Amino acid sequence: MRDVQAEIKETVTNNSVILFMKGSPAFPQCGFSAQIAYILSELNVEYVGVDVLSDPEVRQGIKEFSAWPTIPQLYVKGEFIGGCDITKDLFESGELLTKMVASGVVAKDA
Amino acid sequence: MGLNTIEERLRMSFPDAEITLRDLTGTEDHVEAHIISVLFRGKSPVEQHRMVYKALDELMKGPIHALALHTSIPE
Repeated sequence: MRDVQAEIKETVTNNSVILFMKGSPAFPQCGFSAQIAYILSELNVEYVGVDVLSDPEVRQGIKEFSAWPTIPQLYVKGEFIGGCDITKDLFESGELLTKMVASGVVAKDA
Repeated sequence: MGLNTIEERLRMSFPDAEITLRDLTGTEDHVEAHIISVLFRGKSPVEQHRMVYKALDELMKGPIHALALHTSIPE
């Protein structure tokens, strides 16, 4: 039987920056997902986008994984950063860039 | 379900809160919420949002399609 929680944990551990989203980074299918995709491209961060619309088990599983009932969800170095609103706040305050630089996923002069 | 249901539910968990709800689409299922409560003191933004999601519980699993959420602590 498929162990979705183990799969998610592995995905989150093995990718420095990962966004669980509706649609793909190039074609987000939800405004909230699009906003985080935009922020990550503004920060010049390379990331992996997981389209939950293509996998109902991951769509449900990711909500349990972080006890967070909504999508998108952003993870950096295994740490759950938040959904759209928190990510946007952190971006606007500059904290997100600081965190990305500290995590080594973006160059300081980017 | 309407905005009243959402407000009542929030009021139960955050009795002190200043709650502002906005219907983003006219369908009462895409909602923006501003919640100011002392109960958020000492909590990270992620924890604050989790508290709200917990308060709304099953409303998050269908009736509310999208929730733009802003939590803060009174000045």
